Amino acid sequence: MAEIRLAGRPPSPPRRHLLAVSDLGREDVERILGTAATLARSLDREVKKLPALRGRLVVNLFYESSTRTLSSFDLAAKRLSADTMSLRSSGSSVDKGESLKDTALTLAAYDPDVIVIRHPCIGAPQVVAGATAAHVVNAGDGKHQHPTQALLDLYTMREALGRLEGLHVAIVGDVLHSRVARSLVEALALVGARTTLVAPPTLLPRGIEALGCATTTDIREIAHADVVYVLRMQHERMLPGAAFVPSLREYTALWGITPDRVRAGQVVMHPGPMNRGVEIDPRVADSGAALVSEQVRAGLVVRMAVLYDLLTSGPVEIVRALEVA
Amino acid sequence: MTLFCRGGARDTLRIEGARVLDPAGGVDGAFDVAIEHGRITRLEPAAEAARGLVLAPAFVDPHVHLRTPGREDEETVASGTAAAAAGGYCAILAMPNTDPVVDCASVLGALIEAARAEAVVPTGFVAAISRGLRGDQLTEMAELAALGAAGFSDDGKPVVSAGLMRRALQYSAVAGRPLALHEEEPTLSRDGQMHEGAVSAELGLAGWPSVAESTMIERDCALAAYEQRSLHIMHVSARESVAAVRAAQARGVAVTAEATPHHLCLTDDAVRTLDTNVKMNPPLRSEDDRQALLDGLRDGTIACVATDHAPHARHEKDVPFEEAPFGVIGLETAFSALYTFLVEPGVLPLELVLERMSAGPAQAFGLPLPRIAEGEVANVVLLDLEARWTVSEEETRSRSVNSWLLGRTLRGAVVKTVADGRVVFAA
Ligand SMILES: [Zn+2]
Repeated sequence: MAEIRLAGRPPSPPRRHLLAVSDLGREDVERILGTAATLARSLDREVKKLPALRGRLVVNLFYESSTRTLSSFDLAAKRLSADTMSLRSSGSSVDKGESLKDTALTLAAYDPDVIVIRHPCIGAPQVVAGATAAHVVNAGDGKHQHPTQALLDLYTMREALGRLEGLHVAIVGDVLHSRVARSLVEALALVGARTTLVAPPTLLPRGIEALGCATTTDIREIAHADVVYVLRMQHERMLPGAAFVPSLREYTALWGITPDRVRAGQVVMHPGPMNRGVEIDPRVADSGAALVSEQVRAGLVVRMAVLYDLLTSGPVEIVRALEVA
Repeated sequence: MTLFCRGGARDTLRIEGARVLDPAGGVDGAFDVAIEHGRITRLEPAAEAARGLVLAPAFVDPHVHLRTPGREDEETVASGTAAAAAGGYCAILAMPNTDPVVDCASVLGALIEAARAEAVVPTGFVAAISRGLRGDQLTEMAELAALGAAGFSDDGKPVVSAGLMRRALQYSAVAGRPLALHEEEPTLSRDGQMHEGAVSAELGLAGWPSVAESTMIERDCALAAYEQRSLHIMHVSARESVAAVRAAQARGVAVTAEATPHHLCLTDDAVRTLDTNVKMNPPLRSEDDRQALLDGLRDGTIACVATDHAPHARHEKDVPFEEAPFGVIGLETAFSALYTFLVEPGVLPLELVLERMSAGPAQAFGLPLPRIAEGEVANVVLLDLEARWTVSEEETRSRSVNSWLLGRTLRGAVVKTVADGRVVFAA
């Protein structure tokens, strides 16, 4: 019943957010990845700071510990000369039972340009977007979305393989609990790549094919892929009682990425941190096929590009910003 | 059975030239109606009916949460029944999952007193099946029934123990009041935030599968058949559930069922917005499920529309979707929502909607049928089918505003409600 679908997006001209991959069109992805590539070149210089966002305030509001993502966003903002402020769940009002909406309202008093939020609950970025005038970037909400991860993964794939359109990516592991998988499936569909999800049947969400991907429980299917994208196996899912799979040992035997399962010419990616010997064999993780540190480097430039894209009017100004530097 | 309400003199009024439509009573035509001292004293054919005005039997809602005792900031007997009056209702039943739970004579007695003092429309109170809704010990059902309990329910929770469910069915013979069940197999629905399907897969929200409802309905229908007792299934949401109720009815089980306006009008697609005002339990399901509910309503498998009016404080809904409580309000918008989204587009006939909102629920709970006939106590609603109105926070009579319809313009409005012979609402 389309006629009674609730209005989810603000009326135009909308204040732009990056809450989910579905906020992006294909041309947005192209533009952001292009900006990221330009920025990557600028970072090769001796002085790595650009003046593009001087005087802007980026607040990192992190309700989940994630040193990796927080430092990536923080450095991305600093490289663009923005001021940054980070609130973590420890030692802030976040722990004192204050509601997310109240915290957002408090932050709004500082007039931030961008709020980057990581939260264990799906829908938290929507609450912040509704309570403040800032552009909001979702840095991970529960099992829902982590759009900058998806963009940095696209960037990494394009750098390594030279294209995105027509690529075949196999995403292996705990899809059910993975915001990385959900974001990446949507992003790959957007750029014309093909995705196959490979997982134990208990960790494949019912109905996921509607996102435009294939599913299988057979690990041998990864042989057909250009990219093997390994998801982090969360140990607590394997505990007796959680009962998603009978044991970690059996999971590793059936779905672990071992050297014999990786074909020559394939690249292997992982959002980190890796459980070596669980979802990925150390011999694969340390091989030339693994692009894990490339992903971390891509994270910085892609997040710079996202902040830049939200706060400026697009690719024309980037040239000027770089010239000024 | 007894309903409780503020007393006072009954009203006298005339309604001239409306289309009188009492589907259960077989009345449909232009009439002048006279109500004197609360009774319908004259029903005379009129030359012509005024455009768009329909006089129908007032509505009965078997499933309302009044939040008192315990959460009077969200709703009270006074505010909830005022909302019911504005929605065209002449009788409502309030659920017992309050704080404290309505599981003993003292809590029920206090509510009945509150209703006598402040209820705008006749209100019945459903008492708990199990003490504290803990699912392990029956309430004193006979004593509660004698005091005036309208029925028994652990709503908000399923009766997990099949053994306790069986004893409740057996004991309902002594109490003489129906059992109303919230059906959810908790090991299947555990942590579920929304319907399990393509949208939950996309959003990453934990799924509440439709079979968690239907397997429990099948269990309870089997027990009801074995004990030869009757059952009422609340807020049916899934195709499999409609099929389970239909199959039980076909083999002679005395089971009735209800569906809510939101399950009839919306699907899980609405959850894509992550608007907490579409988070309910049972969850909004797929279009396929919605069609099955509509079929169930058409063929009578589902005899009642119930709002499951569930007020929640604003600060409790102003949180991330996963943290928000389940439930939406619905008393003031039920008719207009169904009219706008189902009757006007031709999905359901008006007569059917009126019947399922009035005679159906009254019958299921053994209440006197609101009828439009000479000699009857007036329980009528005057509707203006041509009216348009926009749902707004300011004009909501409920103390809570957690409506999925906020800001929407609806067709069809309640103009006047007469309950138990008194004008309880006039626009
Ligand atoms: Zn319920």
